[in-house]
Amino acid sequence: MTETIGRPILEAPIAQGAHDQHMILNMGPQHPSMHGVLRLVVEIDGEIVVRLYPEIGYLHTGIEKTCEAKFYHQVVPLTDRLDYLSPMANNLCYCLAVERLLSLEIPEKAEWLRVLLSELTRLNSHLIWLGTHAMDIGALTVFLYTFREREEILRIFEGLAGQRMMTSYFRIGGLSMEPPLDFFDRVQGFIRTFPEKIDEYSNLLTGNPIFKGRLKGVGMLSAADAIALGVTGPNMRGSGVDFDLRRDMPYSSYEKFQFKVPIATEGDCWARYEIRLIEMRESVKIIQQALDGMPEGPIKADAPKIVLPDREKMKTQMEALIHHFKIVTEGFAVPAGEVYQGIESPRGQMGYYVVSDGTAKPYRVHFRNPSFATLQAVETMCKGRMLADVVAVVGSIDIVLGEIDR
Amino acid sequence: MTEAKTFIGKTAVLEGLAGNPAVKAVLAWNPEALLDAKFDRGELTLTIAAGQIRAAAATVQAAGYNFFEDVTAVDWFPSSPRFQLSYHIVSHSHKERIRLAVMLDGAAPTVESITPVWPAANFYEREVFDLFGISFEGHPNLRRIMMPDDWQGHPLRKDYPVEGYR
Repeated sequence: MTETIGRPILEAPIAQGAHDQHMILNMGPQHPSMHGVLRLVVEIDGEIVVRLYPEIGYLHTGIEKTCEAKFYHQVVPLTDRLDYLSPMANNLCYCLAVERLLSLEIPEKAEWLRVLLSELTRLNSHLIWLGTHAMDIGALTVFLYTFREREEILRIFEGLAGQRMMTSYFRIGGLSMEPPLDFFDRVQGFIRTFPEKIDEYSNLLTGNPIFKGRLKGVGMLSAADAIALGVTGPNMRGSGVDFDLRRDMPYSSYEKFQFKVPIATEGDCWARYEIRLIEMRESVKIIQQALDGMPEGPIKADAPKIVLPDREKMKTQMEALIHHFKIVTEGFAVPAGEVYQGIESPRGQMGYYVVSDGTAKPYRVHFRNPSFATLQAVETMCKGRMLADVVAVVGSIDIVLGEIDR
Repeated sequence: MTEAKTFIGKTAVLEGLAGNPAVKAVLAWNPEALLDAKFDRGELTLTIAAGQIRAAAATVQAAGYNFFEDVTAVDWFPSSPRFQLSYHIVSHSHKERIRLAVMLDGAAPTVESITPVWPAANFYEREVFDLFGISFEGHPNLRRIMMPDDWQGHPLRKDYPVEGYR
């Protein structure tokens, strides 16, 4: 690790004319391969990347400031908008943090359903990554295939929460409502056929000489650099660092599930591709375990002053109506303190830091999003490579600008 | 839940968590720099003297807390000291997380950058600088990151008007 510590990275903005033979090239903010509004300022010598500098903030909406003006339960829909490709992971992270502030126990069924939904979200997110990444490289077919499967996941989400993407299905204290009657059958039907679909993608890509040539040995990131630059998740595991919060610091009853954490040591784009394919297979196993062992019971904690009552009770019982009115108009007070909750989102370690001053609104909410840190490693991965490899690298690290800019 | 135990205050933590590698390392390094400590909701917070944070970061890094996760600030306006910096650091070997906290005064808040210890802090410190106006000494590129370069004020401060200056 010693050679990376203290090495200056991303030192200063790149200025035109610093070197006569070099050209400054802006990739983005409007560029089809930049996955949103990422701008990369690239200094190139011919076609070789000399320096690279990410400029972000084009999508900054001040969500952290907005949170400070909302009641705790009103923040849940805001978290969907951060990493909009894996809303359930964001919901989960926020709800877990506030539940720990409240010292609130969650029913087992809610925890298991949360695990199931987190893994479905992971499939959803990895499918988009695979489709767009392959499309960036020039393999257009896979995109249509992955979106076919993603559509089924979104339909399951729609049946569950009424929304396809911004589900806001999690609540502080559990889940918003019982899943529909056909939910478990649909999930079972989906994951029964899904492993074959992964084989199908693999058949299209893994043996494809162009895809291989574009990814193998490209975007190298050593284990020491990954740790020094804050890279997490599949990108870190592709560099040989064996750490996964689901296994090593389990939350939401992940300790009850058996799954493997794939590791690759090469640290190139190809390793990251393979890791995510295996992760999808492991997610299917976790979902199967969740379906097989789904406990019975309520999906909301028994905390009438925090959890909204069922509509039926609210309309028939005086007490439930009062609680409903109180929670909606005044929120609920959360004991003073600070909590940092980390989860393994599809993109890496996500962490929500929630500070309470004892009132009904969060004093400070901070989102530690994996893509933000991963972006710092792009220069290390691209330096000395061809300009076309930048596209492969940015595709392979799977970033979402919504959570970078917040 | 396994978070039943709570230790508030330096002496309580030093007694209750004497075996914790981070606590041991910080005590062995410089007990004077440890101003306060807290173990609440399963999270260990060590409050470090403002001038010592870089050395403290290097100390816990040597003690096995190898992965820098996050740094952010909390504005406790109008109380004093005004700003709290919270560094979250994970250990891959101990499989646990600690928080280093630093309290800063409201007038011209400045603290050492920890980018020489963890280059990953680069973007995070820029974000704190941008949104809170806290300077980091020794940062290689301390510029705004979220807001435009010519922006007035620091939006996440509590005295910043929510609708902007008019």
